[in-house]
Amino acid sequence: MATSNPSVFLLMVNGQIETANFPEYDDLYCKYCFVYGHDWAPTSGLEEGISQIASKGRESSHDLVWNFPLEITFKSTNPFGWPQIVVSVYGPDTFGNDVVRGYGAVHIPLTPGRHTRTIPMFVPESTSRLQKLTSWLMGRRPEFTDPKVVAQGEGREVTRVHSQGFVTLQFNIVTKDMKKLGYDTVSDTQTPLRVRDKLS
Amino acid sequence: MASTSDIRDKLRRKHRALRASLERRRDDTQEVTGGEEEEVAETLRRSLRTQRQRRRKKLLEKMNADESWVEEEVAGAVVEEDGTVQVFHRDERSDDAAELGAVASPSGRPPRELPPLPTPKENTMERRMREKLKAARSKAESLLLQEEPASRLQALRERDTRTRFDREAGVEPRPRRDDASPPLAGRATLRDAVRRVGMDAQTETGLPTAEESYNFFTFNFDPEPEEKHHPRQHKKREQDKGEEPGEDEEERQQDEEEEEEEERGDEGGEDLFLIEQSDKDFVEVKRAEYVGYYERVQRERELFFVPSTRTVPASRKLPENMQPRFLEDEGLYVGERPVVSRTNENIMENRILRQDQDKKWFGDDGRVIVLPDPIKESPTRPPLFHMEGELDPALQTVYRKAVRAKNTSRYITGAGDAQGDFQLDVDVSGLIFSHHPLFSREHVLGARLAQLYDQYLSKQQKNLTGLLTDKLNGLRNTIRNMLELHAGQGLSQATQHRIAEYTQEIRYTRQMRDASQEKDRILMKSIVKVWKELKALREFQRFTNTPYKLYLRREEVDRDFDEQQHKAEIQAEVAELQAEAEEHYEKMMSDYRRMHEEWKRWRRKQKALKTKKKKRRQTSLEEDEEEESEEELGEEPPRPEQPQEPDPEAVEQQVREKAARIRRKPGEAVLVPELTASCSVTPSDQCPRAEFARRQDVSKRSLFIKVLYNGKVVSRTDSRSLSADFRVHFGQIFNLKIVNWPESIELQVFETVGTSTTQMADVFIPIPEASILTGRAPSEEVEFSSDQRVMFNHEGVGSGVPFSFESDGSNRLTLLTSGKVSCCVSWAVGEDNVPLAPPIAHPTGAIHSGIRQMDAIACIGASGVNDMKKLRKWAADSRLDPNDPNNASVMQLLSMVSGGEENVPDYFRLEQLQEEFNFVPDEELDKSRRFRLLRLRSQEVGEFRNYKNVPALEREVSDKVFQEYEKRLREREIVDTKDHLDAHRALVAKYLQKVRESVINRFLIAKHHFLLSDLVVEEEVPTIGGPGTGVLGLNLFKLAEPKRPLKPRRKERKKVSAQNLSDGDIKLLLNVIRAYDLPVRKPQSSKPPATSKPGRSFTEPFPAAQSSHSTIQGSDWPMNQVLIRPFVEVTFQRTVLQTSTAEGPNPCWNEELLLSFTAPNGDYSTSSLQSVKDEVFINVFDEVVHDVSKGERDWNGFHACVEKHWLGSVKIPFSTIYLQSRIDGTFKVEMPPVLLGYSKERGLVSEGGYDAIRSLSEGAFITLFITIEPQLVPGETIREKMKDVKFESQEDERLLLASQFFERDAAQHFPARPCLTTVIDINGKSVFVTRYIRPLNPPQELLDLAPNASQEATELVARYVALIPSLPDTVSFAGVCDLWSTCDQFLTLLAGDEEEHAVLLCNYFLAMGKKAWLIIGTAIPEGHSAYVLTYEQNRYVIWNPSSGQYYGQYDTFCPLQAVGCLINADNVWFNLQMYDAPARMSFDVSKSKFWKPFFSRAFSHPGLSSVQPEELVYQRTDKAAAAELQDRIEKILREKIMEWRPRHPTRWNRYCTSTLRHFLPKLERSGGHDVAEEHRLELQSLLGDYRISGFPLHMPFSEIRPIIEAVYSTGVHNVEASNVEFALAAYVHPYPNNVLSVWIYLASLIRTR
Repeated sequence: MATSNPSVFLLMVNGQIETANFPEYDDLYCKYCFVYGHDWAPTSGLEEGISQIASKGRESSHDLVWNFPLEITFKSTNPFGWPQIVVSVYGPDTFGNDVVRGYGAVHIPLTPGRHTRTIPMFVPESTSRLQKLTSWLMGRRPEFTDPKVVAQGEGREVTRVHSQGFVTLQFNIVTKDMKKLGYDTVSDTQTPLRVRDKLS
Repeated sequence: MASTSDIRDKLRRKHRALRASLERRRDDTQEVTGGEEEEVAETLRRSLRTQRQRRRKKLLEKMNADESWVEEEVAGAVVEEDGTVQVFHRDERSDDAAELGAVASPSGRPPRELPPLPTPKENTMERRMREKLKAARSKAESLLLQEEPASRLQALRERDTRTRFDREAGVEPRPRRDDASPPLAGRATLRDAVRRVGMDAQTETGLPTAEESYNFFTFNFDPEPEEKHHPRQHKKREQDKGEEPGEDEEERQQDEEEEEEEERGDEGGEDLFLIEQSDKDFVEVKRAEYVGYYERVQRERELFFVPSTRTVPASRKLPENMQPRFLEDEGLYVGERPVVSRTNENIMENRILRQDQDKKWFGDDGRVIVLPDPIKESPTRPPLFHMEGELDPALQTVYRKAVRAKNTSRYITGAGDAQGDFQLDVDVSGLIFSHHPLFSREHVLGARLAQLYDQYLSKQQKNLTGLLTDKLNGLRNTIRNMLELHAGQGLSQATQHRIAEYTQEIRYTRQMRDASQEKDRILMKSIVKVWKELKALREFQRFTNTPYKLYLRREEVDRDFDEQQHKAEIQAEVAELQAEAEEHYEKMMSDYRRMHEEWKRWRRKQKALKTKKKKRRQTSLEEDEEEESEEELGEEPPRPEQPQEPDPEAVEQQVREKAARIRRKPGEAVLVPELTASCSVTPSDQCPRAEFARRQDVSKRSLFIKVLYNGKVVSRTDSRSLSADFRVHFGQIFNLKIVNWPESIELQVFETVGTSTTQMADVFIPIPEASILTGRAPSEEVEFSSDQRVMFNHEGVGSGVPFSFESDGSNRLTLLTSGKVSCCVSWAVGEDNVPLAPPIAHPTGAIHSGIRQMDAIACIGASGVNDMKKLRKWAADSRLDPNDPNNASVMQLLSMVSGGEENVPDYFRLEQLQEEFNFVPDEELDKSRRFRLLRLRSQEVGEFRNYKNVPALEREVSDKVFQEYEKRLREREIVDTKDHLDAHRALVAKYLQKVRESVINRFLIAKHHFLLSDLVVEEEVPTIGGPGTGVLGLNLFKLAEPKRPLKPRRKERKKVSAQNLSDGDIKLLLNVIRAYDLPVRKPQSSKPPATSKPGRSFTEPFPAAQSSHSTIQGSDWPMNQVLIRPFVEVTFQRTVLQTSTAEGPNPCWNEELLLSFTAPNGDYSTSSLQSVKDEVFINVFDEVVHDVSKGERDWNGFHACVEKHWLGSVKIPFSTIYLQSRIDGTFKVEMPPVLLGYSKERGLVSEGGYDAIRSLSEGAFITLFITIEPQLVPGETIREKMKDVKFESQEDERLLLASQFFERDAAQHFPARPCLTTVIDINGKSVFVTRYIRPLNPPQELLDLAPNASQEATELVARYVALIPSLPDTVSFAGVCDLWSTCDQFLTLLAGDEEEHAVLLCNYFLAMGKKAWLIIGTAIPEGHSAYVLTYEQNRYVIWNPSSGQYYGQYDTFCPLQAVGCLINADNVWFNLQMYDAPARMSFDVSKSKFWKPFFSRAFSHPGLSSVQPEELVYQRTDKAAAAELQDRIEKILREKIMEWRPRHPTRWNRYCTSTLRHFLPKLERSGGHDVAEEHRLELQSLLGDYRISGFPLHMPFSEIRPIIEAVYSTGVHNVEASNVEFALAAYVHPYPNNVLSVWIYLASLIRTR
């Protein structure tokens, strides 16, 4: 590939799903997957994954720590459909059934560098009180047919959700050839490294 | 009795006296009116009486009915009343005694003593007494109930006054009087015992009322009837007019009454003497009064009324003897009553009944009258029904230009931020009136003087005259210098020109200076004049009102110098003027000369003409010509006058005169006026009265000012009084913190006189610029005036009214109130010296954006727009330099608006700033291929849906991408016949495509509509006791269920919604279980020995076959043969899988095949999956192993060559599998009618027709199980949504409702059974299904073919219908809906699914006179489908319309699995039987136990007309076209086969081909039956040397692609033997209306030698 005039740009994502904060629940694990547009294709790395089960620490904070690494590289021709990471958290309920504890999605940061994102999580609500009771009894809470739904807008109007918990992610972003293709995600004022260099 | 006569005498006397006195005053008219009045009064009285009686009666009744305690009370009252009566009576007597002295009291004749005289008087007395008693009774009870007899004394007095009053009012004296009696009665109770004596007798006689007693006294007892009315009249008059005798009379009466009371008291005992007795009686020491509980309760009960909640009987609410009327029942409109609870209503009614005796509150129906409920059920706004149609003009929307909300965009940007703290200081320092209505004359003059002085001062300050003089001198000097410079030489052109300009300038300047000087002088003069007038006025009025005093300072000047200057000035001027005059003269002279010349020429001509004329006149004396010639010359030009020479003297004179007029004389002192306010004002007490009044008035006035910001009152100043010099000082500063843009600052001046406040004037103050800050801003004086008219009668001159200074009133002038407000508006300065002014950028910014976007200006509300014209004018006036960059923006703006039109668009644009955000203009966007691609993708255009990796750069997008798409767009109009082989089909395909597109577009919205179940997986609500597994209890039991039960039940697989799948996720699972009745190979020996050499022809693969072939000739089939080695090959999306080989005609494979599925374009959405047109081909082959003959190859080993021979196939469309989600059953293998080399055991073949309905032997069968793994959610969601989308319909609403109900009911009881009542026609409208059934004639040709055999004809017709290609709606209308076309549409389109076929077949059958029904049911493999049922020869026959096959009711292999409903032209029956398999049910629709009819007796058939045409018109198909098509098919197929065999040569056996071609028509004629044997024999005879395997394929023709597919699936081309030859023949048989039957004969030949 000629480096002078590239036809695709690359987006490399390193990072980790660091912690989660679900005050009421314990022993949770999470799944992640990426949602991206038609013009995007992963070139390396894992598109989805499932983490270990993490319990809350006894002391200090009540965060669940997964430190689950993410690593994926995308290539794309078009920033439209910029990838989003969809995180869904599961854990056992009082009867030991595996139920969903939260869905959340966030766009992969656009600018190169290190970013921390905290996603508020939510779960779909039962359609009625009775449903709620039985779903609680049966351990079959309502779930999205596909976690990727949370990264899309279409059809969401029919759902009701309530929020619970947060998940914190960290991303290290490297992009390649974005500028060459005319996508300038780094504004000039935001180049701290260079400025620092100049100062020193 | 003697006393009686005395009394009478006396009475008579008195009466007469009275009458005399009255008559004296009365005149005739009065008499008459009086009489009338009397009459009226009498009737009134009577009516009142009757009314009262009635009321009382009712009351009594009510009380009797209702409350017993009231009754007691009444009784008490009666008793008391009696007492009163007695007292009264006695009073009467004593009263008379007291009054009349010696005359015995009139009532002194005790009633007892009087005989019951029939005299009217007595009677009336009695009656009245009785009435009174009754009235008193009722009153008494009500009074006792209502009011506490707190103080008797008071009651007594009250009664007194009341009676008197009443008497005077005179209308109804009695009831009022009755009022009074209860207290008396109450009192009477105390002395009950005393009075009981003789009570009874007295009650009978009654007691005279006041009136009666009056009558008694005044009545003329003479029997004359004419006099009878007199006393009444008399009395009436008294009452009405209050005349003296009346008054007297009344007074007397009252006296009587009072006395009565007193006497009553006398008689009654000590407590009546309370009034007269001493205080001791009041101050009596008593025990504390205690009222016992019971007593209190009793008392309260008397006082309180507790309305009952019981229903009031209607009779009490209505007038007596009236039945309640119910207006509603009578058909009158009665509004709905507002909801009031029954108890409340009852309480209300009881209360009303209690309070008001009359029934005005109750309506005719006995209920309380109420207004109808005002709340409407539905909104009154008319709904808009016709969206596309013409609107009612009344409802038409009217375009109004959008009006900006007043306060939007007024806010200062950033207001509320840290910087947005803006403050405007309004300093109102004071007010000076230049005219006020209270001005005196002197004030007027003073004001004028002050004004003039002000003018003078400002002029002085500007010093215009001085400036102009200097300029003049400068100019003169310049000219002089220039002339001096060029003294001798001739002046150059330029210099001359300049000099001329200068002179011009001098002239102009001089004029200006002169004017200015003149003004100065006039001003001076007028100042002096006004001052003189003022002085005169002061002297005249002898007091001073104003402090003005003018001093004229004289400044001496140097006389000589002055004179000199003056002279020089004059001289210069004179010189100039002379020069000017000379110049003028020159000009005039030249003009004159020219004109003169002209004139002379004319004269000459004239003369010449005249001479000519003279001559002519001599010759001919015609006048006309003369006139003409005169006319020719035209008018005589005026003889120019010679201009006068300029007269220097006159000029000088003129100049001097002017100088004398406008300049001071040389040496005259310069006058400098000085106006001071040093004059003392005469104190008020020395002024005359008028002036004093004026001053008083002035002092009464006060003023204040309201400050308005943007039209809102912000604050106001204190009220300050007007001072004598008409100045008001406020000195207040208002700090306005503002959020809105300042638009106007207004001061309103109010004047207060006493309490009334009037607004005098509005003063608008300009909004300061941002640079004007508090502290630096100069105070401004803003003038105001008002046009109020005020006039005074004192010295004040008023305003708006003329007044005069002269004593004779001449020279009037009118002044209006005016004045000046001195104020100052500026922006405040913050604490840290930051101006609190909004940024100045605002207006300029607006202009900038205005340059870009004209209508943006209007929206932003910049001031620029309004003044666009002004701006242009200003720019033109000020000669802006267009090249100056500073002016660039303005010039640009001006160029935008040039042309004069205001370019603000007339329309409203929603996103008016959109353009500014556009990256590129739209055209550019359209040009870009990349953007086009992106856009098409997002529009989900078929070709680009899910297009991956749109290139990043424009140049990388190749045009090829769009080729297909553009081609399609182009083709939409052009019909391409190439692909379709047949013009008609091409047209149909186009039409279908269009219909499809429009239908799809219609439901595009619905497709993007999501249901909760699409997104969220949720356990179903456990329905308690409902069907299925959803019982809550059971679900709870499940918790305790063992994890691995011993007898596991089948669980439904989890359904996967299709949207998240990708390639390879979906597998097609196909389980091939077994087959029945496959054909077996025909042993070689079957060929006739005559035709070929035995032993040589076919290599017999199996010795067993060989051994048996002799026996085969015998009709019994030996059992020990290896007949066939079949295997199944499944082809799907060009992937091929095969099972292992089994043996025998009834093989069992039981193998599972997994085929992967890829959706088109990788789009796995439901709609896309539904439109997959791929089919699963299940082909049954026979594996034939040949020994490669030793003769040909000399190999040492055993060589076998494996061939596969196609036996038959089953086609199942993917869409069926997808929609059914699982297909399980035994299918008939479609086999060619002739299978060379194979035969079938046909034990039961017969010609018996329906008698011998083939039980199971016809054809071979295969058992399959097909499903998709994982299970996909079928397109049901969309279908369900479609149900919500109501199709418009022309059916009766009632019918639609009934059908909906019918279907719902059916679905409730038998959810699996399809029920159909309404269908959607091709236009997307709901149509009732029976409308589709109507007898329609089949093509006559077919009937001609089999004229008598009805069964044959039936079969032919069925075959004809089956030949119309089948195209499932689900494919063409991707999961949208099932459309039914009518038969003519179907025949035109020549494509349709089972329903259309079935309808057509059914209609044909009906036309042929059969009993036929449409079956809606479930079949394999189609799923929901339509079949036709006929009743023939006492049995039911089921027809498959798309294959033309028929089955008996009890046929095991009938593809129809379940019957949902039957339809014919009259009715729809739903299957209510326990079983729905045709073999297990009854088709007798008359049994209502089994079949539920749609139209029953309750809802009869409304006589629906059919949607079908009356008759079908068939066109004869062009034979030539068919032949052409035949050739083309053959050619295409040949090419295809060669294409499929890329590595081998493909040889065609022409001889065989021609033979085959010869066969095909025969096959067609026989319908594919029973020609095999003959056929094979013929072939064998022809091609003896070949091992031949082949078969004819038969199919309806739709397009070429399915034919190719079918040929491909047989795998004939796969023969790889090197010496193989092929034969291919095609035959197209045309049927009417372009229905084509296609036969393809395929054979492979292997030369055996």
